[in-house]
Amino acid sequence: MGTTDHGGRCGYLLEAEEIVKRFGDFTANDRVSLRVRPGEIHALLGENGAGKSTLVKIIYGSLQPSAGRLRWGGEALTVPNPAAARRLGIGMVFQHFSLFDALTVVENIALAVPGPFDRDALAERVARVSEEYGLPLDPTALVADLSVGVRQRIEVVRCLLQEPRLLIMDEPTAVLTPQEARQLFVTLRRLAHEGCAVLYISHRLEEVRELCHHATILRQGRVVADVDPRSETVSSLARLMVGADVQSVNPAAREAPGPPALTVTGLSLPAGGPFGVPLRDVSLQVRSGEVTAVAGVAGNGQSELFEVLSGERPAPTPESVTIAGQPCGERDITERRRLGAAFVPEERLGHSAVPGFGLSENVLLTRHAANDHLVRTGFVSGGRVRALADRISTRFDVRFSRRDQEAGALSGGNLQKFVVGRELDRNPRVLVINQPTWGVDAGAAALIRQALVDRARDGAAVLVISQDLDEIFEIADRIAVISRGALSDSYPAHTIDRERIGMLMAGARAAGPGPERDART
Amino acid sequence: MSALEAVLLTIITASTPLLLAAVGELVVERSGVLNLGVEGMMIMGAVTGFAAAYTTGSAAIGVAAAVGTGVAMALLFAFLTQTLAANQMATGLALTLFGTGLSGLIGQTFTGLPGVKLGALHIPGLSNLPLIGPVLFAQDVLVYASVAITAGVAWTFTRTRAGLVIRAVGSNHHSAHALGYDVAAVRYRCIAFGGVCAGLAGGYLSLVYTPQWIENMTAGRGWIALALVVFATWTPIRVAVGAYLFGTVWIMGLYVQGIGVAIPSQFLSSLPYLVTIAALLAISGNRILTRVNTPACIGQTFVPDR
Amino acid sequence: MKLVLEKRPERSRTMQVASPLLAVALTMLLGSILFAVRGIDPLHAIYVYFISPLTTLWSVEELIVKVTPLVLIGAGLAICFRANLWNIGAEGQLIAGALAGASIPILAPQWDSALAIPAMLLLGMFGGMVWAGVPALLRNRFGANEILTSLMLVYVAQYLLDWLVRGPWRDPQGFNFPKSIGFNDWHLLATFGDGRVHLGAVFALIAAAALAVFMARTLMGFEIRVRGEAPRASTFGGFSVPGTTWFCFGISGALAGLAGICEVAGPVGQLQPTISPGYGFTAIIVAFLGRLNPLGALFGGLVLAICYLGGEAAQVELSISEKTAQVFQGMLLFFILTCDTLVRCRVRVEWAARRTSPAEGRLPLGIGSASSRTADAGEATS
Repeated sequence: MGTTDHGGRCGYLLEAEEIVKRFGDFTANDRVSLRVRPGEIHALLGENGAGKSTLVKIIYGSLQPSAGRLRWGGEALTVPNPAAARRLGIGMVFQHFSLFDALTVVENIALAVPGPFDRDALAERVARVSEEYGLPLDPTALVADLSVGVRQRIEVVRCLLQEPRLLIMDEPTAVLTPQEARQLFVTLRRLAHEGCAVLYISHRLEEVRELCHHATILRQGRVVADVDPRSETVSSLARLMVGADVQSVNPAAREAPGPPALTVTGLSLPAGGPFGVPLRDVSLQVRSGEVTAVAGVAGNGQSELFEVLSGERPAPTPESVTIAGQPCGERDITERRRLGAAFVPEERLGHSAVPGFGLSENVLLTRHAANDHLVRTGFVSGGRVRALADRISTRFDVRFSRRDQEAGALSGGNLQKFVVGRELDRNPRVLVINQPTWGVDAGAAALIRQALVDRARDGAAVLVISQDLDEIFEIADRIAVISRGALSDSYPAHTIDRERIGMLMAGARAAGPGPERDART
Repeated sequence: MSALEAVLLTIITASTPLLLAAVGELVVERSGVLNLGVEGMMIMGAVTGFAAAYTTGSAAIGVAAAVGTGVAMALLFAFLTQTLAANQMATGLALTLFGTGLSGLIGQTFTGLPGVKLGALHIPGLSNLPLIGPVLFAQDVLVYASVAITAGVAWTFTRTRAGLVIRAVGSNHHSAHALGYDVAAVRYRCIAFGGVCAGLAGGYLSLVYTPQWIENMTAGRGWIALALVVFATWTPIRVAVGAYLFGTVWIMGLYVQGIGVAIPSQFLSSLPYLVTIAALLAISGNRILTRVNTPACIGQTFVPDR
Repeated sequence: MKLVLEKRPERSRTMQVASPLLAVALTMLLGSILFAVRGIDPLHAIYVYFISPLTTLWSVEELIVKVTPLVLIGAGLAICFRANLWNIGAEGQLIAGALAGASIPILAPQWDSALAIPAMLLLGMFGGMVWAGVPALLRNRFGANEILTSLMLVYVAQYLLDWLVRGPWRDPQGFNFPKSIGFNDWHLLATFGDGRVHLGAVFALIAAAALAVFMARTLMGFEIRVRGEAPRASTFGGFSVPGTTWFCFGISGALAGLAGICEVAGPVGQLQPTISPGYGFTAIIVAFLGRLNPLGALFGGLVLAICYLGGEAAQVELSISEKTAQVFQGMLLFFILTCDTLVRCRVRVEWAARRTSPAEGRLPLGIGSASSRTADAGEATS
C-alpha cells in the first residue's frame, strides 16, 4: 500500500475537470469537476439519475467522456478501459454486475488481476490478503452459493490485491447489514490511513457524515455543492441533493389494527432456480390497517417470498397462504387478485411492466381479470383501457412526453409511480410490494411511501419487502426480518432498533417464542 | 480388414463431423451466443470444400476452402448479432436457410462428379497394431484434428485465462463489460472458431465421408450437433462421448439395413433424429448436470452503453 | 471505422413500416450487383425476377397458388415467434397435415360426400396440430428445447411420407413409382379461374385477417405478445406459460397442416415423396418480412412467392439456375434482420475513435509506463 505522497504538484491524486458525458440527447454529466486527495474518503452524493455512476464509470474507464479531462497526480491522462484503470491503481467495487455466479471466487478475482492465470498461486494470495484485512474468503467456493455480504467481500479483496491508490465504492452498504457496514467502514478507514483515496458513492447521508472527509453533491448531472459532510446535517445534505425540502411521510392517525388479511403459515419451499434460495418454515400475519415490513439483505429469499405470496409460484398446501380468510396456496395470481389482493414486484422492466408496451397495455397486464370491464368475451376494450391509464397517470402524477408512451421510455420514478398506482387504483384489501422505491428519485419515493401508508390507514393490509431500513422505519407499523429464507417474528416498529434488526439480518435467532422456533425445536 | 474393424471405422467417420461441429458450437455457446446456423455453415463448407478440391485436385486446398467458408459465414452471423444486435435465433436460421440455398446453387455443377478423398495418415509403428491400429492410428488428419481440438477446448476452459474469459462473458456479459472485457470482441472470436469447426465438419462430409457432393448432404447433422451441446451440458469431453454415441446410432441404422433386417429403411433413417429428441429429454430434466455449465446469457443480445 | 448503435428511447414507428420495404430494396440492389458481376444486365434480371411474375394472368394465378401455403404457415409462425416460441418445424407439420388429410382420398377413395372435403381439411389441421403438439408437450413437460425437437420432427415426417408412398399407400397401378393414387375429383378442392387457384387462397386470406384481429384485439393475443416481450411479466399478469405454448404451437401446426392438405388436395392432387418445395422453411422468412404480424405475412408471402416464380422465370429467360431464388430468400432474411435493428437503434459510423486527451497512452507516475502495456490496453477497446 503506497503511503508516500505521490500527490503531484497540487497534492491531488485524481482531478476530474469539466467532465461532460452525453447519451444521445441526454446529458448525464454536465461539466462535472471533482478532486480527490490521497488518503481522503470522498463522498459522491446524489439522487438516482444524478450522474454519479456515469462519472465513476468514466474514471474507471468503462465509459469515455464526451468532453473534459482527467488528471492523475497532476498529469493529464486518458483511461481507455478498466484494465488501464486497474494498472494505474484504481479499483472499483460495483453495486451490481461485476461477479460471475457460475465461477469460483478465485476465478472471479483472476478476471481482474493481470498476469498469467495461476489458480493456486492466486488462491494463496487471496487467502493471505483476505486474512490480513479480516475479510475471510474461501477461494474455491462458487459465487452463486455465497451471501451478498460475502460477494461484496470478493469485490473488495479483488481491489486490494492490486494495491489500489484510489478505491471507488458504488453504494456499498445498500446490500449490507448495519454490522457488516461497520466492518466495511473499519476496512475503508484503514485503507485511507494507508494513503489510499476512497471515492464513496451513497445516498445514505448518515453514514456519509460518519465516514467521509469531503462530499461532492450532484444534481441532474451537475455539481451543486462541495462540502465537508461532518459540518452538515442530514437534512441540509438532503436539501442539496434533492434541491428542495424532502417531504417526510405523514403517518396519519392510526386506529387499532383489524384482523389478519394475509397470513402465511409454516411455509417451506425448495429453491426455484439453480441459484435460488429455499424458504424455510415462514410464518407471518399481516393485519388490515397496518404496514408490515420484511427487512433483509438482498438475496435472502425476498423474491421467493414475493412469488409465493403473489401466486406466481404455488405454495405446497392451500392453507399455507391465506388472503382475506381464503386458503390460497394453490390459487393462481389472477384468483388472488379477485380476492382483493394486489402485488408490485421489485423489477419494473420485464416483471411489473412490459418495457416495449404502452402504458395502457401495461394497465391491462394486471387489470384484465378485475372488475373493470376491460375485457368482454375475450376482446379488449381499447377505450376503457386508455381511460384507466389516464386516470392512474393523473392520480399518481406520472409524467410522460407522449400519451401512451412505452413503459421502457419512462424514468424509474415515473414508471414506479405508474406501477404502484395501477394497483392502488383498485383499492386492494391486501397489497404486497417488493422494494417499493428501489432506484426511484426522492420525490417519487415520498409519494409512493405516503400512498402506501394512506392505503393501510384506509383499511388495507400492506406488506412491504424492503432492504432500505430508513424506508422501513419511516412507514412500517410492524417489522419482521428475513435471513437465508427464514423469517423472524414480527415486532412493533417502535420496539425494535437497527442494531437488533441487523443481528436478525445476519441470521441471529429471535428471542422469545415464535412459530418458527416452535416448529424447529 | 475384419467386419468389426470396418464397423468401427465407419463409426469414427460418421462421428467426426458431429464432433467437429458440436465442439465449435460449444465454444460459441459458452461465450453466451446461440448460433442456429451450424447446418448452414456446414453445408457451405461441404460444397466449397468439394469444389475447391475438385478444381485443384488437392484435398488439402479443399479443407482450407471449407474452413474459409465456415469462417466467412460465421463472421456474417457475428456482424449481424454482435455489431447490429440482431436477434440470434432469427439470424442463425437465416444463416442455415441462406447456406442451404447457396450451396445448392454452387453445387449444381458439381453434382455426381467423383470427389477427391482426403488420404489417411498412418502413424508409423502404431497403425500396424491389430484392430486398434487401423481404427485409431490410420485415420485421416481431420479425425486427429477433431480429437485434438476437443482436447484443446477442454484444456482451454479449465486451464487458461482465455477459457476463463469466455466462460465469464457467457455467464454474465454485464459483469464482464464492467470489468473492461470487450464482450463483442470475445464473442466474435468464439463465433469465428465455431465457423472453423463447422467448415471442417462440412468439408469432412464431402472430402472423406462421401467424397462427392450431394445436395443437402449434411442431412440435419448441424442441428444434431446443436442438440449434442445441450446433451453434453456444455462440456467438451461429454460432447465427444455424445458424438461417438450418435455416430454409432447413425451407422447401426445403415448396418441393420445392410444385413437385411425387415424394418423399413425409412424408420432406421429417422432413428438419429428420434434419438436426438430422446437425448434432449433425458438431459433436460437433469438440473444438477446443467446447473453450473449452462451459460446464463445464452441467446441474449448485449448492447453496452457508450 | 466502427459502427456504433444507440438505443432509441422508443421503437421507431417509421422504421417499423419502412424496414421490410428497405430490406426488399437492398436485396434487389445486392442482387443486381451480383447479376452485373456475372455479366447479366441487372435491370433486365431484376425485371425478370420481381416484375415479370406479375405481368400475365397465368403467372398471377401461379403466384396465388404459391402465396397460399406461405401465408397460411407464415401467419401461424408469426404468432409463435411473437411469443418467443421457435417452431421451425412447420415443414414437418405441413407433411403431417397432408398425410392425415390424404388418408381419406387414399383409404376411402369412393367416399363421395359433401362432408369429404371438410373432413379432409379438419384432419389435415389436426395432423399438423398433433405434429406441432409434440414439441409443445416436450417443452412443457420436460423443458426440452422446442427449436431442436420441432426441427428433428421434420426429418421424421419426411421419412414417414417417403415410407407411405413407397409402401402401404403406393398406387398399385402406378408402375412402382413412389406415388399414391391420384385423388378423385370429389376429393379435390374447388378451384377458381384457370383451375389452379384453389379454396386454400380464401383460407389464407381469412387466416391472416382473423389472426391479425386476434393478436391486436383479444386478451389471448395480448397474452401471446406479453409472453414474447417479457416472460416474467406474463406470469405476473396471470397468464399460463404452458397454455400459451400449447396454443401457439397448436395454431401454427394447424395452419401448416391446412397448408399441407390444401397442397395435396389442390395443385399436387396425390401424395408423392416431395409435396412442398420447402414452404415450411420459407414461411419463416415470410413471418419476419411481415414483421411478425399476420397481415404482414400477406406481404411477406407475396414477396417470397414472387421470388419462387422469378427464379423459374430466370431459369427460362436468363438461363441461370432457379436455385438463385433460394439465395435471394436467404439474403432477404439477412436484410430484414439488419433493417430491424434500425427500429430499435440508431446506427452511427465512427470513422476513428475519438480521443479527448493529448496524453493518450501515457500513464504518469511511472505506473505501467512501459509502452507495450498501454498498447495492450488500447487494443482491447478497439
